[in-house]
Amino acid sequence: MVGLEHYLTVAAALFVIGIFGIFLNRKNIIIILMSIELILLSVNINLVAFSSFLNDLVGQVFTMFILTVAAAEAAIGLAILVCFFRNRGTIDVEDVNVMKG
Amino acid sequence: MIAADLYTALPEIVLALFAMAALMVGVYGGKDKLAEPILWATAALMVMLALFVGSKGLETRDAFNGMYLSDAFSHFSKMVILLSAAVVMVMGQSYMVARGLLRFEYPILIALSVVGMMLMVSSGDLIALYMGLELQSLALYVVATMNRDSVRSTEAGLKYFILGALASGLLLYGASLTYGYAGTTLFAGIISTISEDGMSIGLLMGLAFMLAGLAFKVSAVPFHMWTPDVYEGAPTPVTAFFSTAPKVAAMALIARVVHEAFGVVPGDWSQIIAFLAVASMFVGAIAAIGQRDIKRLMAYSSISHMGFALVGLAAGTAQGVQGMLVYLAIYVTMNIGVFAFILTMSRDGKAVTDIDSLRQYSNAEPLRALALLVLMFSLAGVPPLVGFFGKFYVLWAAVQAGLTWLAVAGVIASVIGAFYYLRIVYYMYFGEETDPLDRVAAPVQGTLLVVSAAIMVLGVINLFGIEGLAALAAEALVN
Repeated sequence: MVGLEHYLTVAAALFVIGIFGIFLNRKNIIIILMSIELILLSVNINLVAFSSFLNDLVGQVFTMFILTVAAAEAAIGLAILVCFFRNRGTIDVEDVNVMKG
Repeated sequence: MIAADLYTALPEIVLALFAMAALMVGVYGGKDKLAEPILWATAALMVMLALFVGSKGLETRDAFNGMYLSDAFSHFSKMVILLSAAVVMVMGQSYMVARGLLRFEYPILIALSVVGMMLMVSSGDLIALYMGLELQSLALYVVATMNRDSVRSTEAGLKYFILGALASGLLLYGASLTYGYAGTTLFAGIISTISEDGMSIGLLMGLAFMLAGLAFKVSAVPFHMWTPDVYEGAPTPVTAFFSTAPKVAAMALIARVVHEAFGVVPGDWSQIIAFLAVASMFVGAIAAIGQRDIKRLMAYSSISHMGFALVGLAAGTAQGVQGMLVYLAIYVTMNIGVFAFILTMSRDGKAVTDIDSLRQYSNAEPLRALALLVLMFSLAGVPPLVGFFGKFYVLWAAVQAGLTWLAVAGVIASVIGAFYYLRIVYYMYFGEETDPLDRVAAPVQGTLLVVSAAIMVLGVINLFGIEGLAALAAEALVN
């Protein structure tokens, strides 16, 4: 029997993979965008699992909103990335270093 | 019912419809030729909405089944947000025109982000909170990249986007846990669950993740890494905007979440906020010492100031919230003055931001140098200027709440921080002569600089009555 805790475990694992994907990745900014997507999807799994467990629709409504916003976010992220690529000619993570912070 | 709901949310609806209409007018009516009229119209609408929101006063209502709250706290925050956004937009207009950056999208994006901020401070539900936050952030990512032919601006936008999206992810994960363990996304429902069943470990995790996500948005340490780079890389008018309205909105949102949804367990969140506050105050004060670029310096300054505002929140009392609101209003006024000055800094027609170029500025422009001196002293919190009263309010609230150690840490941090503010004053009056800055007319910026400095001096009489308004706003939130 697959219970709530199994879903939460999967979601937590995906969330951690997403976070590590952002920080450990030294190669490509596209991978960072994928990691961000992974984080948002792990949240969606969490919400849908809770929603089903609680017999409450709000969680699924929340998921719909997150999916919509994630699409807009990806569009803006890619647009900024294209602008950056035009100026810099590369999308390596290590080359995002004109300013040191 | 629906008519009453719509009327309650009227300011946001009007601004959102205006932004969409302006977008259509801009696209089909002449693109960037219309940028200036759209900018003026947006600023005028924001001022009118601020007056409208202010006229609602102490009225408390909720709309859409509690998802949207309209009370004195949200009215106060919205007035600060709307007025500062309008002033910053007008202030940066000539700078953007001179550098060919004023596209018609700029005022529209600012208007949309302001709609997001207004939703944030009025949110009564995790979904409304998230939608408001994202509307604000998505517009700000684009605004940071406004100068799309500059490597620095696009890099600033990219860094802001990645870390901002990560922050949203953390916030959402916290929101999902809170929903799961409280069974509802309404703040009112969460607080009644906590007062009945106590604080479960899942809710505690949710609270911690949400605070981490929100700390990114106010650039509190240890989530501050993006701030200096974004401040340096973004065009100066955009930096001025970043350091004012979004900070107020995010701070008000944190206050809303901790008091409205977790108000019965202040012990659980005040520790987290106290830690963020101490770390922000010290890192902001110490890291700013080595900065040579005034925009980076203002970034660390804003980190440190957010630390002080968080001190008021950590107190967990109505007095603390009042102190936070007073502090934010003063901070915004000072920052508008300082950025009005930074906008005038140029040499051979090019914008410069290194603080060495300020040497002997007092000889060239005695009045502006004096105004900047007042602002720097006020930012440092030197009595008897208004900046001192802001710090005094939050630190006193912390002492009253039994957090004397936090107040002592705040005093030490403000002494350390005074060093770099006073160094700017030293350069202006006693520095060795180097290439002087251009003498620019800049009537709008010059006036704002002097007015902001005058407020810092004249406000000592009664702070323009702002602490009374803030007290009423805090009463509405903490009950």
